Amino acid sequence: MPPPCQRAPIAGRRLPLPAVLLACTVLLLVSMILGIAVGSVPVSPRAVLQVIADHLTGHPRYSVADAIVWEIRLPRVLLAALVGATLATAGTVVQVLVRNALADPFLLGVSSGASVGATAVLLFGAFASLGAWAISAGSVLGALIAMGAVFLVSRQERALSPTQLILCGVVLSALFESVTSFLIFRGNPQATQAVLFWLLGSFGLATWQQLPIPAIVLAAAMAYLLAQGRSLNALALGSESAVALGVDLHLLRRNLFIVTSLMAGVAVAVSGIIGFVGLVVPHIVRLMVGSEHRRVLPTAMLFGASFMVLGDLLARVIVAPQEMPIGVITAFIGAPLLIVLIRRRPYLYGAAG
Amino acid sequence: MSLELRGLSVDIAGRRIVTGIGFTVPDGTFAGLLGPNGSGKSTILKAIYRVHRPAAGQVLVDGKELSALRPRDVARRIAVVAQEFTLEFDFTVTELVMIGRTPHKRAFDRDDDTDRAITGQAIERVGCQHLAHRGFNTLSGGEKQRVLIAQALAQGADHLILDEPTSHLDIRYQVEILELVASLGITVLAAIHDISLAALFCDTVHLIADGQLITGGPPQQVLTAATVHAAYGTEVLVIAHPETGTPHLIPRRTRRPDQPAPQTAPAPDPPDAAGP
Repeated sequence: MPPPCQRAPIAGRRLPLPAVLLACTVLLLVSMILGIAVGSVPVSPRAVLQVIADHLTGHPRYSVADAIVWEIRLPRVLLAALVGATLATAGTVVQVLVRNALADPFLLGVSSGASVGATAVLLFGAFASLGAWAISAGSVLGALIAMGAVFLVSRQERALSPTQLILCGVVLSALFESVTSFLIFRGNPQATQAVLFWLLGSFGLATWQQLPIPAIVLAAAMAYLLAQGRSLNALALGSESAVALGVDLHLLRRNLFIVTSLMAGVAVAVSGIIGFVGLVVPHIVRLMVGSEHRRVLPTAMLFGASFMVLGDLLARVIVAPQEMPIGVITAFIGAPLLIVLIRRRPYLYGAAG
Repeated sequence: MSLELRGLSVDIAGRRIVTGIGFTVPDGTFAGLLGPNGSGKSTILKAIYRVHRPAAGQVLVDGKELSALRPRDVARRIAVVAQEFTLEFDFTVTELVMIGRTPHKRAFDRDDDTDRAITGQAIERVGCQHLAHRGFNTLSGGEKQRVLIAQALAQGADHLILDEPTSHLDIRYQVEILELVASLGITVLAAIHDISLAALFCDTVHLIADGQLITGGPPQQVLTAATVHAAYGTEVLVIAHPETGTPHLIPRRTRRPDQPAPQTAPAPDPPDAAGP
């Protein structure tokens, strides 16, 4: 037995997961109640809870407060929470899939593909027969095409390699973005403004009908990802280590690619392209709970939801009665927060030990 | 618990890197894989832990062919400490060693007391208890290598593959790591850079050059000035280690300070004879 390594231990003990999850849940609930209460017509938190309780017990009162809370703000806040949770979770997984801290859910071409689809709808009235669903349908179709293209191009001898994925994602995204630019260039100015607003992301058009699909996708993806928690940890050590630990690498990479693309695609379809949440939240969460995926995934889901609900609240309040694009807010809060955290923890991200 | 290679050949990108390698690592012994840079040592190891698929030949674990086993089952029998391990994400020592339990767990299994006990024992075995809650990226090179060995131990395999476990380490950690590996009592195959160190710790060594096995056996028989020259193309003196009698290599200069033109190297033309 060798002598023990010489160095005084530095405290690096992790916070207990139940406490972290409880704190994040409380944060999410408080954010959601705030998000519903604050607005052009303020509703007290007590009244918010009363309206929700009335509806859940089946005795709605049909007051003005009821209409504002139940028909407008609650679906909006729920959608923001779902999209935030989806993007944060997908971002966490994409960063491991390509083993790159700069990756986000839109790396693999999903957002640029969705832009082409949505732009085609907004400018040229494609899928007009689908009415309110046309933009969602267009963006999902665009996202699927882009994702399929990246998947096919980055395959090497039936394996997806991380570097190939990044390169093909970046290159094809640039291609699809130029198609979007071309469409905007050809379109009429009024419609172009609608496109730009859509590209920046918003929850302004949230309705109850929009909620089920993102909720189902998030639940199914989360179940799969939690089941793969150990394999994700092994994958985080590198592809050779994962193979040595008995992980079926090709299968895992392919499934993760499909799951994260689907999550990003659905998020884009219901709310446009909201950047930064999928990049920043995973890092903030890892700084809080470490990189163990069975800890990171549920925390990222809850924290991502809170982050987005608060971001949407700010977007509505800061320049009221106008609404800021949510993407502006997420970047303005996320960037400084991440920089502060990174500078306080220099050992993360492979800094010399 | 033996590990056997039979006529193993590996192609990478259509080029044959390793040709017809065959040797056996008997139960509980420590075998060293020696050879110059680029001779195919890592490729042989990667074929064993299934990163590369053999173009021909077989790898057998306890007489069973590896390619017939499921990835999980291979991982339960063979643990690996790979070369050049870098970690992009922040794991503590305990978390990292716990990942070694992966091949023993199913989808929603939680870490149970057995896993925690095995992880704790593995960390203790490599003498890193006091580092258990430290971040892996804050450790020194020698500490990192020990933690990776602990992860391999937690995997519960009775075969261990190591790719250059002592490169980048100073002499204290080189000796410590190899002493640790030799004391584990499991079947070990390690690619080792330093021939004398390998001779000191390994039960058998196998000398590889240009993807082919030159010779193999106990270090005393295998490592001579002639075989080392055949594999590495360099002149060395081989002496016996004063304590163990194992072969120890002393490099020779091709040009010695007191002797401008040594006999072992071709003499350069004298300057005055250079002109016509």
